[in-house]
Amino acid sequence: MVDTTLAFSEGGAHRLRGMEESVVVHDGPAPKRIVTGYGFWIFLLSDIIMFSCFFAAYAVLLGQTAGGPSGAQLFDLRSVVAETACLLLSSFTCGLASIAADVRSARWYQASMAATCVLGLAFLALEGREFASLVSQGAGPTRSAFLSAFFTLVGCHGAHVSAGILWLLTMMAQVFGKGFRADILRRILCFALFWHALDIIWVAIFSVVYLLGSAA
Amino acid sequence: MLGKLSWAAIPFDQPIPLITGAVVLVAILAVLAWVVIAGHLPYLWREWITSVDHKRIGVMYTLLASVMLLRGFADAIMMRAQQALAYHSQGYLPPEHFNQIFSAHGTIMIFFVAMPFVIGLMNLVVPLQLGVRDVAFPTLNSVGFWLTATGALLVNLSLVVGEFARTGWLPYPPLSELTYSPGVGVDYYLWSLLISGVGTLVAGINLVTTVLKLRTKGMTYLRMPMFCWTTLASNLLIIAAFPILTATLLMLMLDRYFGFHFFTNEAGGNMMMFMNLIWAWGHPEVYILVLPAFGIFSEVVSTFSGKPLFGYRSMVLATMAICIISFMVWLHHFFTMGAGPDVNAIFGIASMIIAVPTGVKIYNWLFTMYGGRIRFATPMMWSLGFMVTFIIGGLTGVLVAVPPADFLLHNSLFLVAHFHNVIIGGVLFGAFAGYTYWFPKAFGFRLQEGYGKAAFWFWLVGFYVAFFPLYAVGFLGMTRRMQHYNVAEWRPWLILAAGGAVLILIGIIFQIMQLAVSIRDRAELRDHTGDPWDGRSLEWATASPPPAFNFAVMPDVSGADAYWSMKMRAKEQGLQPGGPDYSDVEMPRNSPTGFVCAFFATIMGFALIWHIWWMVIAGGVGAFATFVAFAWRDHDEYVIPAAEVARIDRANLEERRAALGLAGGT
Repeated sequence: MVDTTLAFSEGGAHRLRGMEESVVVHDGPAPKRIVTGYGFWIFLLSDIIMFSCFFAAYAVLLGQTAGGPSGAQLFDLRSVVAETACLLLSSFTCGLASIAADVRSARWYQASMAATCVLGLAFLALEGREFASLVSQGAGPTRSAFLSAFFTLVGCHGAHVSAGILWLLTMMAQVFGKGFRADILRRILCFALFWHALDIIWVAIFSVVYLLGSAA
Repeated sequence: MLGKLSWAAIPFDQPIPLITGAVVLVAILAVLAWVVIAGHLPYLWREWITSVDHKRIGVMYTLLASVMLLRGFADAIMMRAQQALAYHSQGYLPPEHFNQIFSAHGTIMIFFVAMPFVIGLMNLVVPLQLGVRDVAFPTLNSVGFWLTATGALLVNLSLVVGEFARTGWLPYPPLSELTYSPGVGVDYYLWSLLISGVGTLVAGINLVTTVLKLRTKGMTYLRMPMFCWTTLASNLLIIAAFPILTATLLMLMLDRYFGFHFFTNEAGGNMMMFMNLIWAWGHPEVYILVLPAFGIFSEVVSTFSGKPLFGYRSMVLATMAICIISFMVWLHHFFTMGAGPDVNAIFGIASMIIAVPTGVKIYNWLFTMYGGRIRFATPMMWSLGFMVTFIIGGLTGVLVAVPPADFLLHNSLFLVAHFHNVIIGGVLFGAFAGYTYWFPKAFGFRLQEGYGKAAFWFWLVGFYVAFFPLYAVGFLGMTRRMQHYNVAEWRPWLILAAGGAVLILIGIIFQIMQLAVSIRDRAELRDHTGDPWDGRSLEWATASPPPAFNFAVMPDVSGADAYWSMKMRAKEQGLQPGGPDYSDVEMPRNSPTGFVCAFFATIMGFALIWHIWWMVIAGGVGAFATFVAFAWRDHDEYVIPAAEVARIDRANLEERRAALGLAGGT
């Protein structure tokens, strides 16, 4: 299977021909793998911009507790540390899956993806437990603007992880059914980018929401 | 079972929407019946609905925009008529209906006319100008279009099922919160824009990747036609701005559906956060619209002056400067918020600075024309009309960028006149210029010039008669969105403005006649050469309409104005003997994914608006199943054999040579 529909010439898109001849030549369209990865990066950037709006809303509404509880009273850092551990470990196993795909080892790929899935589900379970306990304390998202912003920001990340797990299972099924085809390898690349980006966002949530929130 | 939906949702007591809805419904059914009975359905399904060809998708975007323009204009002329009549009286539109009309007018004109028109033109032209065979993600392109169509469908559905928002084209809280807008109007607004916003984002990602990663051999950045540059800038803005819109509307949705407190009056909500967020999207949005129009004018002015674009590099710089500065001026939409003199001063100055690169562009177009052999074809007429009109609109914009002046003019009809001045004079004239300019490329025949010029003059004069009176009543203190009024001095101006709307209506009728007459006379308007305007960029190097693969052989570009230099070389050296080496071409297969996704998105959107939860789940499951089925395809490409490519290309070349021989050269 040829890996190029739109790429009509092989080789990199932009190349500097030595330092002495600083003319930028253009060899034509980039290979499809580059195009797909690049497009997905741009999507991730747009997703990060969406998150940044929820971060901004959280920052604006942080003090607006309307007489209700603040972050320092609500956050249980031990549970959050466990969530963080799950997610960071899942990024590691996701990395293993990428390596397995590179060496075309279906067994290791499936095992690593399964581990990623279990860790992701554990993360979601811990987050669900945290949300349930907040709601049962009367600190649900309708209690105050602060809690609305908190639930939306963290919940939006959780929704992304859930969607990621659906995608993950689809990818496991695809590799099982079709093997490491060129188009499936491109999807594996995109999924890995997605999963790691969720990690980056979680690091920001951990720092801005939980650490700063507990200190306040 | 059906959530909030009941027979009460159909406005049996309001004749205007009911009759309009019935007429539209009958028209749609008649068209559908004709399509089915005449046996066009398989053709439409195969060649258009499931098409992933960027040219077809571009045409469908533009068609959607044109139909929605009629709807948006119907709203406009109703408002002008209402304000002409409603002096010391209630006019003919009750307030709750009038409020829906101005909200729908703005929403439709921005999201479902201006956006699809420019995205359609970019889709059609940019891959051709870059010398490539398709966009980066052809199937996603189709998904993006159909999701946009879903949004348009939902907005128009609100005419007969339920109601539309009464909150203006941007639903400012707390008015748009459930407490003050308990109906489904705001929900129609939210879901149609959330769904079509996904489509727009997809289009943005697609076009940015196309420009940055898919250019033919030798097409370096500084050899790209200006339209490609403005496309890049505009779509970068889409990627950076539309997620803000999505996030903001999601927050409002959470407030309305789940009792959150982002923008509410109580429990610490902050409604000014909505203004900041929505305008952090909204101001870049106007540049998302106008930058492609600037690109169109650059192409048109250069082609019809027979000269390369003056100051190409400064044009690139100006475009990218606007791209960045457009994110630093959002607060000028609400100087009256009371952010204090320092903040207002900074944003006022930033707003004035953005006029500088715009001015650079105007001078570049003027100097491109200077010393050129100008041909006054219809696209050039729109461009000249734009330059005069847009400068006036830009100047009134600089005026309202001065905070003390803005305090007086805020929310007045002066502001309404200003933004129509730049959006009609800039974006719409640009869209019309691009439509006339690239129509022969898309369909293989030119648009008739006589009706085109008549339409231009009625639009131009109609615009001035319709909107300059609004500057005057704005100075006289009339605020926007008034259903009736009692001030005698305003009335003559508003009657005059209604007359202007009638002139624009005549312009629109001429545009429809132009299209009809051109289709009738398509044989004599046929473009045999592929290059009807003596163009300069690569889209004119291929046949009109281009074959599915655009270029039989990928062009090799060695300088700016790629096609012009090819023509000059051919003139000097004569045509080289022997044809090019053809090879097999791989093209993406058509796919119903976009249409099916949009079908489920429509069901989900409708169900969410009316709180029909089981249907939401059904739509979601359907959408996911479509996604998986698409991912399961084994063959997403097909091969056009070299012999077939050669046959098509030789036939096109033959036709071109014959036409040039008859015409005695270009």
